[in-house]
Amino acid sequence: MTEQPIKNPAGPVIKCEGLTKRFGTFVAVNAISFEVAAGEIFGFLGANGAGKTTAMRMLCGLLGPTEGMATVAGFDVFRQPELIKQHIGYMSQKFSLYEDLTVRENIRFYGGVYGLKTVDIRQKTDELLRRLGLEAERDTLVGALPLGWKQKLAFSVALLHTPAVVFLDEPTGGVDPITRRQFWDLIYEAAALGTTVFITTHYMDEAEYCDRVSIMVDGKIEALDTPAGLKKHFSVGAMDEVFLHLARGAKNQE
Amino acid sequence: MKAFLMFVRKEFYHIFRDPRTLLILFGMPVALVALFGFALTNEIKNADVAVLDFDKGVHARQVQQRLFSSGYFGLRDYATSYLDVAAAFRQGHVKLAVVFPVGFSADLDHLGHAQVQLVADASDQNTAISLVNYASTIIRSYAQEQARPTGPAGPRVEAVSRLYFNPEMKAAYTFVPGTMALILLLVSAMLTSITIAREKETGTMEVLLVSPMRQLPILLGKILPYFLLSFINGLVILGLGVWALHIPQRGSLGLLIAETLLYIFVALALGVLISTRAASQQTAMLTSMLSLLLPTLILSGFLFPIASMPVPLQLLSNVIPARPYIVVLKGIMIKGLGLRELWRETLTLAGMGTALLLLALASLKNHLA
Repeated sequence: MTEQPIKNPAGPVIKCEGLTKRFGTFVAVNAISFEVAAGEIFGFLGANGAGKTTAMRMLCGLLGPTEGMATVAGFDVFRQPELIKQHIGYMSQKFSLYEDLTVRENIRFYGGVYGLKTVDIRQKTDELLRRLGLEAERDTLVGALPLGWKQKLAFSVALLHTPAVVFLDEPTGGVDPITRRQFWDLIYEAAALGTTVFITTHYMDEAEYCDRVSIMVDGKIEALDTPAGLKKHFSVGAMDEVFLHLARGAKNQE
Repeated sequence: MKAFLMFVRKEFYHIFRDPRTLLILFGMPVALVALFGFALTNEIKNADVAVLDFDKGVHARQVQQRLFSSGYFGLRDYATSYLDVAAAFRQGHVKLAVVFPVGFSADLDHLGHAQVQLVADASDQNTAISLVNYASTIIRSYAQEQARPTGPAGPRVEAVSRLYFNPEMKAAYTFVPGTMALILLLVSAMLTSITIAREKETGTMEVLLVSPMRQLPILLGKILPYFLLSFINGLVILGLGVWALHIPQRGSLGLLIAETLLYIFVALALGVLISTRAASQQTAMLTSMLSLLLPTLILSGFLFPIASMPVPLQLLSNVIPARPYIVVLKGIMIKGLGLRELWRETLTLAGMGTALLLLALASLKNHLA
């Protein structure tokens, strides 16, 4: 649906410096720093409880950081969280569509929430349904669609307002490898058009698909490089081993 | 604004596609009003009475006539001895026996006073007390009429009781306003509490919070559709009260509707507050049922008079939204009062609504982000 390339501000699309979140004495996110370039697919890995979700919530403008600075799409997470919200897309494992609304009603609703014009929504709906091959299902309730279709639809809806960054929180949970592969084709397409993709996952084969990968352990980023670079650095054959090597030393585990 | 309208439209889709919601919204109120209005009354109508008349004089006959033409009592047995009366009570087919002693008519004529014995079945003590009260009132008024022309001269002080607003002591006058308050509160609060909890369960709330839509429009967008539907509901209940249960409507209809809208808003804000705290639809539903049903029944003044409660409970009753609303309903419908008499209750309701909405907003920020 992103027929026109995304206009990105100069410099990195996501930039964190010493970003920290404390809940009482517990440090959930401990001074993380990294940059993500426009059009990059950035894998954000870590065991459950490592602080991924908290970090992602700060970047989405849902949670104020305790210390440090971060900008997303050129806006400050401290001072401009509402502007950030207009320039990001979001999709979670729960695929975030209304099951009792039809495909078209879901698209129209999210289009409206992001302030798109009615004409644009109609045009984008047609485009989107054609690309996903869902034209025959436009008036089907989303609840009646197979999981793989729901996820593809949810991803496309998250890109409806052509955001600069799309945050994907374990988007492929519970689907088979073929559907996952198809889902990644959509991610590549979006990235090729300039959308920055920020993705968390527990599947190590997916980590291999990312341009760069960071691994969080106990609130800190312990490793950040391309998948090939990481494997070389730890002299192992697969991302699985890199992850296990780092995550085994963790103190905060669920 | 457009986002808000989209949101409201989406809420209507949710409501009209869920038969369960529709059932709670429109089925429950009608069923409950009918139940409370018709079945659960403490009114006395045609109670079965046995008469044991040893006097057989003119006054005894006239007193009986008064009793049985009042509509409260019906002659069931004409007993000839105390044994008959005792047997009738044991079999349970009479609730009250009236015994006229020998010489009742003569005493009334010559001495100006006479005695009647009222025997009631006190296994149901509330009914027994009401029956005795009703019968004594009728008999006393008869005695007064008889005594006046021949009675001794000079001033005689009489305590005359008169029942204001509801001279016929209709139970529907107390039950219907209470039931209306209860139902509007339950239905409105329950439905909104479920709807936000559902979005939390399905994960769509997360997406809404990440979207540019602010929290206040989300909350108001949740409230608005239920506001409109609850209002229709309120009108149905009012209509039932007025036409089916014959509650008078003596005050201003406009004020009545405005106060009902205000009360619905309070109930909806309460539901939103519950749902921001509840993690699942079930928790939300149970919380709103338990935290609203019992306190409203007990502390709103609906079933038990507030003035006779212990002080801590009296204080607690001040935070029950149904309490001022019941006062307002009775005030407008039965007493025909206006805003000049009811401004205190109106302000209380408005204050409650605003406070609840602010609390819900704060709670939404804390519990979801």
